[in-house]
Amino acid sequence: MTATSVRVPLSAERRAAKPRAWGAILPTVILVIGAIYCLIPVIWVFIASTKSRGELFTTFSFAPGTGLLSNLADLFAYGGGQFGMWAANSVLYAGVGGVVSTLVSAAAGYALAKFDFRGRDLIFYSILAGVLIPGITLAVPQYLLLSQIGLAGGPLSVLLPSIISPFGIYLSRVFAASAIPQEILEAGRIDGASEWRIFRLIVLPIMLPGMVTVFLLQFVGIWNNFLLPFVMLSNQGDYPLTVGLYTLLAKGSGAPALYSLAIIGAAVSIIPLICLVLFLQRFWRLDLISGGLKG
Amino acid sequence: MTTSDLAPIEASVASAPRRGGRPTTGRRSGVRLAPYLFAGPAVVLYVVFMLIPVLYAIWLSLRAYRLQAGGTFGRRVEVFVGLENYVAVLSDPELLASFGRLAIYGLIAVPLTLGLALLFALLLDVPAVRAKRFSRTAIFIPYAVPGVVAALMWGFMYLPSTSPFSYLTEQAGWGPIPFLTGSGLFGSLANIAIWGGVGFNMIIIYTSLRGIPDELYEAARLDGANELQIALRVKIPLVGPAILLTTVFALIGTLQLYGEPMTLKPMTNDISQTWAPLMTIYRDAFLTDNLPAAAASSTILALGTVALSLLILGIVNRKRFGARS
Repeated sequence: MTATSVRVPLSAERRAAKPRAWGAILPTVILVIGAIYCLIPVIWVFIASTKSRGELFTTFSFAPGTGLLSNLADLFAYGGGQFGMWAANSVLYAGVGGVVSTLVSAAAGYALAKFDFRGRDLIFYSILAGVLIPGITLAVPQYLLLSQIGLAGGPLSVLLPSIISPFGIYLSRVFAASAIPQEILEAGRIDGASEWRIFRLIVLPIMLPGMVTVFLLQFVGIWNNFLLPFVMLSNQGDYPLTVGLYTLLAKGSGAPALYSLAIIGAAVSIIPLICLVLFLQRFWRLDLISGGLKG
Repeated sequence: MTTSDLAPIEASVASAPRRGGRPTTGRRSGVRLAPYLFAGPAVVLYVVFMLIPVLYAIWLSLRAYRLQAGGTFGRRVEVFVGLENYVAVLSDPELLASFGRLAIYGLIAVPLTLGLALLFALLLDVPAVRAKRFSRTAIFIPYAVPGVVAALMWGFMYLPSTSPFSYLTEQAGWGPIPFLTGSGLFGSLANIAIWGGVGFNMIIIYTSLRGIPDELYEAARLDGANELQIALRVKIPLVGPAILLTTVFALIGTLQLYGEPMTLKPMTNDISQTWAPLMTIYRDAFLTDNLPAAAASSTILALGTVALSLLILGIVNRKRFGARS
């Protein structure tokens, strides 16, 4: 204590230093407790996935078992490799849907932010209202409508509704408005570049950080969606991971052997997404979301 | 053109954009057409997958199937019935009960999710805190876990035969914890939502906190404020917009509760087919083939969500304007 006051004689600094040294312990402890709370189910599912069927119900939860490899073999053999298909479908829906959705949102956000055109306000406020409508309540009407035109049942019925993202458009508009200087667009126009060329070569590179954010939100949103594919798809081979794992568990109530499959399936399915999110989170521009409302 | 007199004023008021010379006619038509082409795909998709389904649901909700005499069995015809479906749906005790359950669940999940998110964000912002990266990353990880998978993992941790918590209480001679029965279900379901939602909301609020200039804190410290006072009087008011946004999202998320109770359903007898409103809607649409009722309940749920969101946004805006004047 006295050493600090000798080195830093400023009264303000001393006053700040004392509670800081003391007040660092409690916040750290609370945060670590929060971290453990968030990690427990993940750790549990990884440990449980190493247990053989017998061990699952007999040994202590957090004691590792001996069945990891046979569980993995069972998982990938189930239903003639259905798990692999579900994973591939999730990648397809979330990947393709995310990319297309990001491009559509970026183009619309750019138009709404940087052009003055008739109908702009109508479009913008309609989309803003769309942000508030829970996408999930739309799933049933969307199904009814798509089944009228014969699209329901196949992969397209999940992909197409996933592309429209009012929130993605809103974020793109916020980002375009703040990041793209009007002078650059004007300079491009004076040089005789077409609007498409300006968009492709000038606007898209500037909007990239915002687009990564929109893509991640959309990717995770589509990957985690349950009701839409559950309602739309009629063929087990088209299921994404969420619906596939759900069917495993729902059947498992009659046949507990499927429980260990559901557990190892859950463990395997969350690894790639956790890696992706951890890797991409450094490119997020989440200040877009938190700052967006100020405008 | 008389605009030339106005040009300097215009330039100084509207700043640079308009000074760049008049484009020729050809390019101008490009500029005029371009925004429609850029916004076109989004508008088409919005109309097809959001606007039309909403209108279609409303239209369906105003109609009903009636059996009409004729032929041997009578014919099933669609007729316009006005608000009859809404009256029927709103007086359906099962749907009302599911809204009641949703309200209890929401009252636990939303405040705790946002409270914990705000607390963690504020603690992350305390300069001397250790293991910051670890805590932030760990708390954020559940965001990457789908709700159905989260429900599956927690479900096994609730299930008496596999639960580590019930294992401990059974060892102590107290018997298993009733996670999946009776009113324990509310806490268990809310816990899944809190677990899944805290990290994302924390990051949004934390990002917003990082945007506050340090000078503000220095000024408050010079005035003799301690860290707690700074957190309460400076930080929380300044991240108001972020908290507002996360509140609205948490609320919308709550009303969409579906995958989690569906996943827990095979593990317990206490989750009925109509536990949450969306489950009732699904039953009406696909199991009992009562589309008009499903459409009416969907419309009520969507309208309720929009109304609640606008209410919150309205209250906060009025408060903020009140504070300013």
